[in-house]
Amino acid sequence: MPDPTNTTPLIEVINVNKSFHKGGRQELQVLQDLNFRMNEGEIVAILGKSGSGKSTLMRIMAGLVTPTSGIVNYRGNPVYGPVRGIAMVFQSFALLPWLTVLQNVELGLEALGIDKEERRDRALKAIDTIGLDGFESALPKELSGGMRQRVGFARALVVNPDILFMDEPFSALDVLTADNLKSDLMDLWQNKKTGIRGILFVTHNIEEAALLADRIIIFNSNPGSIRAELKMTLPHPRSDLDPRFRNQVDRVYTLMTTVPATGAAEDLHRIDIGYRLPEASVAEITGLLETLNAPENNGKMDLPDVADTLMLDIDELFPLTELLEILHFAAVSKGDITITETGKAFVESDILERKKIFSAQLKKYVPLIRYICDQLHHHPRHRALEENFLSLLEDYLTEKEADRVLQTVIEWGRYAELFAYDYNAGLLSLENPN
Amino acid sequence: MNSLRNTFMTVYRGRLYPNHWDLLALFLVFSLIGLFAESARQMSVPYHVGQATPIFLDPSYLPGYALRTVSRMLIALFFSLLFTFVFATWAAKSKRAERLIIPIIDILQSVPILGFLSITVVGFITLFPGSLLGPECAAIFVIFTSQAWNMALGFYQTVRSVPSDLVEAADMFHLSAWQRFWRIEVPFSMPGLLWNMMISMSAGWFFVVASEAISVSNQEILLPGIGSYIATAIASENIHAILYAILTMFIVILIYDQLFFRPLVSWAHKFRAEQVESERDHRPWVIHLLHRTRLLRLVGNYLNALLNAFVNIKFLRSKPITYQTYARSQWMERWAMVIWNLIFGAIIVGMVGFLVYFIFFYLPWSEEKKVLLLGLITALRVFVLIIVCTLIWVPIGVWVGLRPGVAAIVQPIAQFFAAFPANLFYPLAVIGIIRYHLNVDIFLTPLIILGSQWYILFNVIAGASVIPKDLLQAADNLNVHGWLRWRRLILPGIFPYYITGAITAVGGAWNASILAEVVSWGGKKLVAHGLGAYIYESTTAGDFFHIALGIGMMSLLVLVFNHLIWRPLYVLAESRYQLD
Repeated sequence: MPDPTNTTPLIEVINVNKSFHKGGRQELQVLQDLNFRMNEGEIVAILGKSGSGKSTLMRIMAGLVTPTSGIVNYRGNPVYGPVRGIAMVFQSFALLPWLTVLQNVELGLEALGIDKEERRDRALKAIDTIGLDGFESALPKELSGGMRQRVGFARALVVNPDILFMDEPFSALDVLTADNLKSDLMDLWQNKKTGIRGILFVTHNIEEAALLADRIIIFNSNPGSIRAELKMTLPHPRSDLDPRFRNQVDRVYTLMTTVPATGAAEDLHRIDIGYRLPEASVAEITGLLETLNAPENNGKMDLPDVADTLMLDIDELFPLTELLEILHFAAVSKGDITITETGKAFVESDILERKKIFSAQLKKYVPLIRYICDQLHHHPRHRALEENFLSLLEDYLTEKEADRVLQTVIEWGRYAELFAYDYNAGLLSLENPN
Repeated sequence: MNSLRNTFMTVYRGRLYPNHWDLLALFLVFSLIGLFAESARQMSVPYHVGQATPIFLDPSYLPGYALRTVSRMLIALFFSLLFTFVFATWAAKSKRAERLIIPIIDILQSVPILGFLSITVVGFITLFPGSLLGPECAAIFVIFTSQAWNMALGFYQTVRSVPSDLVEAADMFHLSAWQRFWRIEVPFSMPGLLWNMMISMSAGWFFVVASEAISVSNQEILLPGIGSYIATAIASENIHAILYAILTMFIVILIYDQLFFRPLVSWAHKFRAEQVESERDHRPWVIHLLHRTRLLRLVGNYLNALLNAFVNIKFLRSKPITYQTYARSQWMERWAMVIWNLIFGAIIVGMVGFLVYFIFFYLPWSEEKKVLLLGLITALRVFVLIIVCTLIWVPIGVWVGLRPGVAAIVQPIAQFFAAFPANLFYPLAVIGIIRYHLNVDIFLTPLIILGSQWYILFNVIAGASVIPKDLLQAADNLNVHGWLRWRRLILPGIFPYYITGAITAVGGAWNASILAEVVSWGGKKLVAHGLGAYIYESTTAGDFFHIALGIGMMSLLVLVFNHLIWRPLYVLAESRYQLD
C-alpha cells in the first residue's frame, strides 16, 4: 500500500518495465509495470521465487541496470547510474580475492577519493563495528563464509550509505552463521550505530523475510510484478517460536500459493508449450509424494511443515509443488498441499507401473512433451535434434532458461521411457521405433 | 591502532637495518640494472647499411652478446605488455573496437613471425638513418610480434570473464574505469597473463636469435648478439664457436628460468580467484630470497604506496552521474557509432581493392599456383612431424606424468628445452647432412619440430599427472589394462592437454620452417622444397612482392588448418574431455 504521506520517499519506482533483448527482434519481459516506494526507517523484503526478477528490480533501483521504461527516483532525483548513497551486499560476497580485508573495505573509499589517513581510520572503525578486528591483514580465502560476508557488510557500511541493499545476503551461509549475522545486523539497525535510513533486501526465504522486515513485497514470476504486500507489525526481536510469528509465516505461504484473482482456477495448470517448467526431478517429487502419503500425514500437509520436514527452502520446494500440480499428482491451496488419486496411485505402485503413470500424465498435461513425441513419431527415422526444440523454447524463454527447461524435460522423458537421448550428438530418438 | 603496522610489515617488525639476504639481493638487482644500461648505450651507435658490423668469435665476447640479446627480449616484452593493456582492454570494453581488433589479432597470429621481419626491416632502417637503431627496432619488433598477439588474446578473454558480481561491486562502489582496471581486471588476469607471457617469452628466444642476423636485399645485417655470433660462426665454419654459443644460451635460459619464469609464475598464485586456500607448491628460491630481505621489503612497500597513488590519481576518479553527463554520453555514443562504421567500411573497401590489384596485376597466376604447392609441401612436413612426435612423446609423457617423482624432475627440463632456441642446433644437423650426403628434403624436415616438440611433451606430462588417482585405481580394480586402459582412460584424460600442446607445436613448426628449410654451413647451402624456403630466399633477394605472396600464403594455410582442424578439436576437448 503506497504511503500517502507527503515526505519524499527514499526510493520511488514508477511504472518500471524491463525486458531483455534476445536474438533478433524477440524480447523477454522480466519486469512489468512495477510501482513501489520505500520510506525512511523501513526494512523492506522482496520475496519471490528464483528467476522472478526481484534481483533485477534491486539492481534497477541501485542504478546498476537501466529499466526499459519507467523512472526510479532516489530522494526525488531520477537515477541514471550507480547511486551514491546506496551500498550493496552481495549473495556471493563479491570480495576481491587478491586484496586483504582492510584493502577490500577501503575500496569504496578509494573510489570516492578520500585521502589515505581518513580511509584507513574509517575502514578500521567499520571493521571494528562489524566484529572483524584482528583480521585486517587476512585474505578473503583465509576466512569462513560468515566472516567473508562480514567483510561484505563492512565494505558497504564504511561508505556511510543512506540505504543498504542486500541481495540474498544470507543464502550462501549455514543456518547458525546466518542467524548470528542477522541478529548483529538488527543490533546495528536498532541502536542506530550507522547512518542507514533504510534497508532493502531480496530473499527467497520466507522466515528470513518475516524475521527482519517491516514490510514484505511478494513477487510474481513471468514477468516479475508485485503480487501482494504485507506489513509485519511484530516488535523486534522476533522469535520464530512465537505463535503470532508462525501465523505471519503461514499468511505469507498462503499469499505465495494463492492464484491471483484473474480467471478461473481451472486454467491455472493448463500450460502452453513454452511454459517455464519447474526444475524438479522425478526422485524429488516421488519423495515428496511419499511424505504426503505417509500414514501420519494422510495425504495433506501444511506447506511450512513440508518445508521443515524435508528441510527445503522455498526455492527448492515450490518447483516440486508446481510440477506436482501440473501433473495433477497433488493440489495446493491456501498454504496446504493435498495428494490426488493419481498421485496416490503413482506413489503406491512399483517402479514399472510408476513409469507408466508418469508417462501418461506427462503426455496429457505437458504440451512440450507431447510436441516432442509427435515430432519423433512423424520423423521417418524417429529422431530429432535437440536444437530444434531449443530454438522453439527460445521464443519464450532466455537462452539459459530454455536450455534448462529442455534438459529437465529430457530427463522426465527418459525416465518415462518416452524417448532416448544421445548427449554427444544432441539427438532425441524413439527407443523402439514402430 | 598504530599506522606503522598497517602501512609496513606485519611480520618483521622492529629491526629495519639490512640483513645478509639484502646484500645478496641488492647485488643481484644493481648488477642487472647496470648491465642493461650499458647495453642500451651500445644499441644507438652509428651504422650504415652495408657496413659490416664486426662480430668476434672469441668466447670472451659471448657474455656481452648474450646481454644484448636479453635486453632485446625485455624491451619487446615491455612493448607487448603495453600493447596488451591498451588494445586487449579496449576490445574487451568496446563492442565496436572488439569487432575490429580481435579478428585482426587472430589473423596476425597466423602470420609467420619472421615474415614481419622481412617486411619491416627496410622501413625501420629508413626510419633511423645512419644508426643501428633501425635494425635494432626491427629485431625488437619481431620479438614483439612473437609475444603480443598471444598475450593480448589471453588478456582480452580474462578481462571479459571477470565474474559479474565483482563488476557489480565495482559499479556499486563507484570505481572509475582506471581504478577498475588496476584493482580488478589486471589482478584477475594476472595468473593467465604471466603464464602466457612466460610461454611467449620462451618462444621468443628462437626469434631473437633468428632476427639478429638478417639478410635483406643481399646484404647481411648483423646485430651484436648470440644470433649473429652463431651466423658468423656458420659463415666461418667454426664448430667450436657454435658449441660455445650453445653453452652460453644454455646458461642464459637457465638464469631466465630461475630468476624470471618460476618466481613470476609462483607469485601469480596470489591472484588466483579461487576462494579456498589451495595447497602451496614449493616456492622458487628467488621468492624465498626476496621474502627474507628486509630492505627489499621496504622497497616493495614503497612501490606499493606508489601504485596506490597511481591507481587513485585524482584526474581519473569517477564522478557522480547527473542528467547532463548521462545525456552527453548518449549523444557521443551515437556519433561514435556512425564515425566508426564509416572508418570500418572504408578500411575494408580499401583492403579488398588493394588485394585484387596486387594479386591480379603484379604477379602471374603460375606464381600463385607454385606458392600454393610449396605451401602444401610444408604443410605435409608439419603434419608428418606432429604425428611422429605424438607417437614418440605421448607414451613417454604419460609414463613420466603418472610418476610424480619423475615428473617433478622431467617437467622443468621439458619447459627449459621448449625455451631453448632450437636454431642453435641447426648447424650441427647441416654438418651431418653434408658429411653423409643425405636427402635434403627429408633430413631437413625434423629441424622444423626440433624446438616445438617439447610443448607436446610437457603438456602431456601435465595432463597425465592430473588424471584423478581414483580413476586409475578404479581401472586397476576392474582389471583394465593394456590398450583398453589407454583407450578408455589415459588418452581421453590427456586429450585436452595434448591438443593444447599440439596447437602450440604446430604454430612453432610453421614459424620454424622459414629457417629450417634453408640452412648453410660456410659456403655450402642446403635448400629443401617448401614455402619456408621460398620466403627465406625472397627475403634474401629483397623481392618484396614475392615475400608478401609467400607470407600471405602461409598465413592463409595456417588460418585454414586452424579453423578446419585445430579449433574443432580444441572445442571437442573442452566440452567432452575436460576432467573437473
